[in-house]
Amino acid sequence: MTLVHEIDYGTPASKAESQVTLTVDGFEVSVPEGTSIMRASMEAGIAIPKLCATDMVDAFGSCRLCLVEIEGRAGTPSSCTTPVAEGMVVKTQTQRLKDIRRGVMELYISDHPLDCLTCAANGDCELQDMAGIVGLRDVRYGYNGGNHVTARNNGGDINMKWMPKDESNPYFTYDPSKCIVCSRCVRACEEVQGTFALTIEGRGFDSRVSPGMHEAFLESECVSCGACVQACPTATLTEKSVIEIGQPEHSVVTTCAYCGVGCSFKAEMRGDELVRMMPYKDGKANRGHSCVKGRFAWGYANHKDRILNPMIRETIDQPWREVSWDEALSFAANRLRGIQEKHGKESIGVITSSRCTNEETFLVQKLARAVFGNNNTDTCARVCHSPTGYGLGQTFGTSAGTQDFDSVEQSDVVMIIGANPTDGHPVFASRLKKRLRQGAQLIVVDPRRIDLVKSAHVKASHHLALRPGTNVAIVTALAHVIVTEGLYDEAFIRERCDWEAFQDYVEFVTDERNSPEAIEGFTGVPADEVRKAARLYANGGNGAIYYGLGVTEHSQGSTAVIGIANLAMLTGNIGKPGVGVNPLRGQNNVQGSCDMGSFPHELPGYRHVKLDEVRSVFEDLWGVTISNEPGLRIPNMLDAAIDGSFKGLYCQGEDILQSDPDTKHVSAGLAAMDCVIVHDLFLNETANYAHVFLPGSTFLEKDGTFTNAERRINMVRKVMAPKNGYADWEVTQLLANAMLKETGRANWSYTHPSQVMDEIAATTPSFAGVTYDLLEEKGSVQWPCNDKAPQGTPVMHVSGFVRGKGRFIRTDYVATDEKTGPRFPLLLTTGRILTQYNVGAQTRRTANVVWHDEDVLEIHPHDAEQRGIKDGDYVKLASRSGETTLRAKITDRVATGVVYTTFHHPETQANVITTDYSDWATNCPEYKVTAVQVSQSNGPTDWQEHYEAFSERARRIEAAE
Amino acid sequence: MSPDKLAYMANQIASFFKSRPHAEAVAGIADHISNFWEPRMRVQFFQLLENEAERFDPLVQEAGKYVRPVTANA
Repeated sequence: MTLVHEIDYGTPASKAESQVTLTVDGFEVSVPEGTSIMRASMEAGIAIPKLCATDMVDAFGSCRLCLVEIEGRAGTPSSCTTPVAEGMVVKTQTQRLKDIRRGVMELYISDHPLDCLTCAANGDCELQDMAGIVGLRDVRYGYNGGNHVTARNNGGDINMKWMPKDESNPYFTYDPSKCIVCSRCVRACEEVQGTFALTIEGRGFDSRVSPGMHEAFLESECVSCGACVQACPTATLTEKSVIEIGQPEHSVVTTCAYCGVGCSFKAEMRGDELVRMMPYKDGKANRGHSCVKGRFAWGYANHKDRILNPMIRETIDQPWREVSWDEALSFAANRLRGIQEKHGKESIGVITSSRCTNEETFLVQKLARAVFGNNNTDTCARVCHSPTGYGLGQTFGTSAGTQDFDSVEQSDVVMIIGANPTDGHPVFASRLKKRLRQGAQLIVVDPRRIDLVKSAHVKASHHLALRPGTNVAIVTALAHVIVTEGLYDEAFIRERCDWEAFQDYVEFVTDERNSPEAIEGFTGVPADEVRKAARLYANGGNGAIYYGLGVTEHSQGSTAVIGIANLAMLTGNIGKPGVGVNPLRGQNNVQGSCDMGSFPHELPGYRHVKLDEVRSVFEDLWGVTISNEPGLRIPNMLDAAIDGSFKGLYCQGEDILQSDPDTKHVSAGLAAMDCVIVHDLFLNETANYAHVFLPGSTFLEKDGTFTNAERRINMVRKVMAPKNGYADWEVTQLLANAMLKETGRANWSYTHPSQVMDEIAATTPSFAGVTYDLLEEKGSVQWPCNDKAPQGTPVMHVSGFVRGKGRFIRTDYVATDEKTGPRFPLLLTTGRILTQYNVGAQTRRTANVVWHDEDVLEIHPHDAEQRGIKDGDYVKLASRSGETTLRAKITDRVATGVVYTTFHHPETQANVITTDYSDWATNCPEYKVTAVQVSQSNGPTDWQEHYEAFSERARRIEAAE
Repeated sequence: MSPDKLAYMANQIASFFKSRPHAEAVAGIADHISNFWEPRMRVQFFQLLENEAERFDPLVQEAGKYVRPVTANA
């Protein structure tokens, strides 16, 4: 194994189609028009010396090392900023160039420390490389003059130009003494990340990199994405892990296990120790970029809280007892079989994980269907994107998002509805912001003023700040404007959609009750803004809609998704790059877990269990009879548990107690069960109610695939042995075999996840062409991938909708029953923050807590003042479901009457507050609307104190004998 | 599941189909419940429909007879 080597071409690729041929040092090379000489030369295999150029950012031309001579042109132009021309003859190595380069390097080195041997970048320093490449042998200027290198001048007085290291960021250091002011970091922050946190302060010899206004990194606007560290050619910006461990010696390409963007990384290793995660340039979702979570927040994999041995207990009031795998598995299998004997086949079920691989998820649903003999399988998509499955399935014929992430580069108008990409899907947000800076326009539909509404060099043309719960009214009003003002694409609709359904829809949508004016009163959005936004989306060129859980997690979540699909069909924004309907998926493999048949009514590939021809495919292969009845969804499982007919649950890599709504209802359901098996890295909140704990493995410890929000199947590769002994797919197999033991049926005998993928391909038409060999060859592939699309499908519905004709469906607005009143006059809505992820089990166990160590309640100054609440006060947040306390943050990002918080911390348990209202079609909970009251508080609520004590007790582990 | 919650869920489904032509709405509701409600929920639904039909939207009451019956061995 070696380091995966990626060529740095120095400047970005040109997208021009016409080719230009030139000669570099006598070698002919053809490149797209607009390519730099530097890049063309690299294509020809000749690396021109460079310092300020790197292909992640545009050429800058400041270091003067990459100079070349061009026949017929005067002087020595920089090759990074000079585009190629037909017939150009370039020389990269002449005596004049050699002398100039050596002179430049001599100046650089005269103001740079010479501690190379003990420097963290030793072995990975472009300055060191260039000194060697240009043949620098002497620095005639000495080191005693003005410099940024030493704290004191030669005479012992203080050197005012020197600055100490900034170690404020938990993941990287900034050592100004090593800076060569190439400004690669500044440009990466602007061009790649789009945050504009860095600048060059001062002029001439005083210039230096400055976060914000000469602030420490941690205090500045820096979002710690690490693009600057990646761009830095010296040890000025260095990962603390590299400082601590040293340079990596081999690397493996794998996929991030955080959000649904699914970034590709090189896991850079020394032995089996992870040194750093480096975004992979060939990763088609991220194109070499990352966020603070993916690049830096992997320390949880080694956290002391990780449980590495199986544990069991008779009842949940007992302490845990560490046992062997055999004992834990036979305990679990006996209990589950016992429950089934006593309470029937349908009395147990599974929850598959959206954090585990496709292969693991496939096996967990197979466990339910083939071993338990029922369809009681569900997944966390129940509580996030199940309405997407229903809504897009009904209108387009498949729940799939329609585009790849590259598509945004061709969008002219982007509408973001109920999503906060800069926090939830940061790398996509960076790609979007890049497009917005190029001139695309933005419409934001969100109750909160998210960062995209206005931040550095980004400003939404329209922000429709609606009251939580009124999405359907707004989306329908947008359609009303498009139809009544004749802005729809009739040709597209006639050709591609069901014309009769369209006629019916027109009759519905043109009704005055759906006009922007009619809904203004209860949505709070000025009618004029709605009209302008509709016109912009319909007329602005390629229109793309990206949406998140702010759309789905409502009583009318499915209806809102249908409304969005209607908008795209009305305007013909489907079936080509730059447009589409794009659900931003929450977790790394939530797309995959849905694809793999995690839902209780669907077998893999979204095919209903009632269909005989689908069941028979699996029945023949598995040698079992599969139930043709839909199974229980998560909330139904909990209800059935309380009723006494559901007694056992195998929950892999989910923490339903913290993530699911109405915590008290969830805990009552779990407490009513006789066998709860939690399979996870940590003793999560759900494990407080578990009888069996099976330790899980991290994404670094297993092979498999994740499928991201663009349907892209990415490889996950094992870089270290599982610390708990088994990859998660092996644990599920062990449990299945423990249960099969006395049945006389054959054991499962997978020896590698690729065999599971083969089984998926053999049974599921949209995956028919997927093999590990294909993934190795192509890097990744987007399903459907089969005979019709052997290379996969970047854009869906290109020549027709999956269901045939696109189907318009009426979207009546029905107000949620979760209404404000005198007791609960405010509306609570919940969401995510950049540095934390979901229930926080992983991110809370990393240094990311320096940014967000508790959940806070955002409240408008007006509402705060009425209640006598000051910024930073502890406040009580109460709904009809429960109450908790947390700190208040006074901000006008939320409107009056609306409060907002995150759900990352179990001490707060925001879901104690949320209610059991849910989407009409899918039971996806209505997280985004809860009527609440906020008041001053003296301390934790009774519930918080009780839960903390219970939690501490439930986590006791009996000392080993 | 509490009868209130079950009836609430059924009526929520009806509210989506309400503006459809009558026959389509009834069929839509029946299909939805047949496709997504586990047998235990449907058993409870049928019982509640028989004993306290007034809890349900008239469309749900009508759709009831088209909902997939629960067979004994399911």
